[in-house]
Amino acid sequence: MNRAANDLSTAELRELYRELILDHARSPRHFGKLSAITHTAEGLNPLCGDKLRLYLQIDDDDRISDAAFEGSGCAISVASASLMTDAIIGMRTAEAVDFSNALIASVTGRDSPVELGKLQALQGVREFPSRVKCATLAWHAMNSAIRRDHNPASTE
Amino acid sequence: MSKSLRQARSEARGDIGACRDDFPALAQKINGAPLVYLDSAASAQQPVAVIDAVAEYHRHIHANVHRGVHTLSHRATEAYESARDEIAGFINAGNRREVVFTSGTTESINLVAQSFCRPRLRAGDRILLSQLEHHSNIVPWQLLCDQTGAELLVVPIDERGELDLATFERQIESGVKILAIAHVSNALGTVLPVADLVRRAKQQGVPVLVDGAQAVPHMPVDVQSLDCDFYAFSGHKMCGPTGIGILYAKEALLERMPPYQGGGDMILEVRFEGTKYNDLPYKFEAGTPNISGAIGLGAAVRYLSGIGMERIAEHESKLLQYLTEQVSRVPGIRLIGTARHKASVQSFLLDDIHPHDLGTILDHQGVAIRTGHHCAMPVMDFFRVPGTARASLALYNNRVDVDRLVESLAQAKEIFSQ
Ligand SMILES: Cc1ncc(COP(=O)(O)O)c(C=O)c1O
Repeated sequence: MNRAANDLSTAELRELYRELILDHARSPRHFGKLSAITHTAEGLNPLCGDKLRLYLQIDDDDRISDAAFEGSGCAISVASASLMTDAIIGMRTAEAVDFSNALIASVTGRDSPVELGKLQALQGVREFPSRVKCATLAWHAMNSAIRRDHNPASTE
Repeated sequence: MSKSLRQARSEARGDIGACRDDFPALAQKINGAPLVYLDSAASAQQPVAVIDAVAEYHRHIHANVHRGVHTLSHRATEAYESARDEIAGFINAGNRREVVFTSGTTESINLVAQSFCRPRLRAGDRILLSQLEHHSNIVPWQLLCDQTGAELLVVPIDERGELDLATFERQIESGVKILAIAHVSNALGTVLPVADLVRRAKQQGVPVLVDGAQAVPHMPVDVQSLDCDFYAFSGHKMCGPTGIGILYAKEALLERMPPYQGGGDMILEVRFEGTKYNDLPYKFEAGTPNISGAIGLGAAVRYLSGIGMERIAEHESKLLQYLTEQVSRVPGIRLIGTARHKASVQSFLLDDIHPHDLGTILDHQGVAIRTGHHCAMPVMDFFRVPGTARASLALYNNRVDVDRLVESLAQAKEIFSQ
């Protein structure tokens, strides 16, 4: 491989596997169960075997007061779930769903109407179409949990 | 150096390296780097000879087979049937009536489960498989269990990925009605001692189906000397097209089996009072077949025979040894599948990098490997891993491919060490 191509390819990879992503993949936040669960959903990515379960505690005010997840998956899907739980705690469900749709739009290459903050780190998957499903898995699961949809959220 | 001269020299050395030039797909760049294709166990690339045979069929030969007096139909039938002859010779079938075209290994196994086994099984009967089967040699048997009340019995494997033969000895004597077993494991590369297993099964009067999807592309296979009753394989893993495969079956068994599907071509005479089925193998080929696929597979068999399966086996075996040695040297590698007798495949894990991430990083450097459970979830469960990265070799791979794999693993480590 020539050096320029090599550097370019490394740059894209580093964009995908940024420090923030690797950090959340290695030590996911909010990993485990919740003591009081009001909403839950499973996310399955049959292609790579990512499998996670999301737990939400939503109060009478429709606010997500706590969130956690369990499961196993690649660095992108675990980091995405970890960053997501961090971000949505304290949001109202409608706000979380809007945020989720904005994030899904952003990683699939469309412009996001919402300021994504830290979660912009997930945009590295834009150059890796086969990995978009990993980045969106947790978010699809959250949408299903809020909708109380009992079928596993699948990225297929 | 001209191709023919280079080929002549390398052939004089007994190596088959020049055959790489026969595969146009290998000459491309992926993500800016020359393609290193290490996923032939999922599907092998096709040589020009196969691509051209299929194109020639579409250009000049296409018509339906076995049903027309016109010239094209006659040509198509001849091409289709001579592909069957080539394939019969390639696996040393007793005769061409024993070679049934199917859509692939999966259909071949389903055919045996439904047509041969289903009428013979009663509740409580046992079907013997192994822990290292591909899902397509598990699920058809589970469906059959649901239909008949039969039960699955599974031969365990050990940490190397070898069959537990002592347990097999006990299981084969426990009233088994069919043994369905891989010749080579697609996830681990283990070559099973199929001839011995068949011999033991025969002593107990147990019929045997061998899933040869991963064996036929990599070694000489002689179904008569194996003495198995059924042998299934796929065209696309042996440099042929997709959607075509073979069921070899002993003629005496095929004679007694009811058709698997009904339709045109598999009949001699249809009356509403009753239908007379066609002769072998047509009784099992209902409807218009995959004619171009069969012709492409015939060309693949001719191509592989031209090089020689012994030479291919020797080339791949040396290269696999080199691959395993080189990959083992990468710090943090865990090899999955270390059987003493292996073909084509090496599965591994690197540090705590998820195989899917490894696959992306390698692909970005032009290196194509398979990652995931390889349609062999029971194997993954045995090794307690969600999946593995798998490099698999074919005749066209060489040491440069292996070196590029190792370099790209080093890069993956670097990216993940931030
Ligand atoms: C050992 C084994 N058996 C069966 C199959 C299924 O082959 P196909 O999908 O071509 O029917 C495969 C393919 O992955 C395989 O490796």
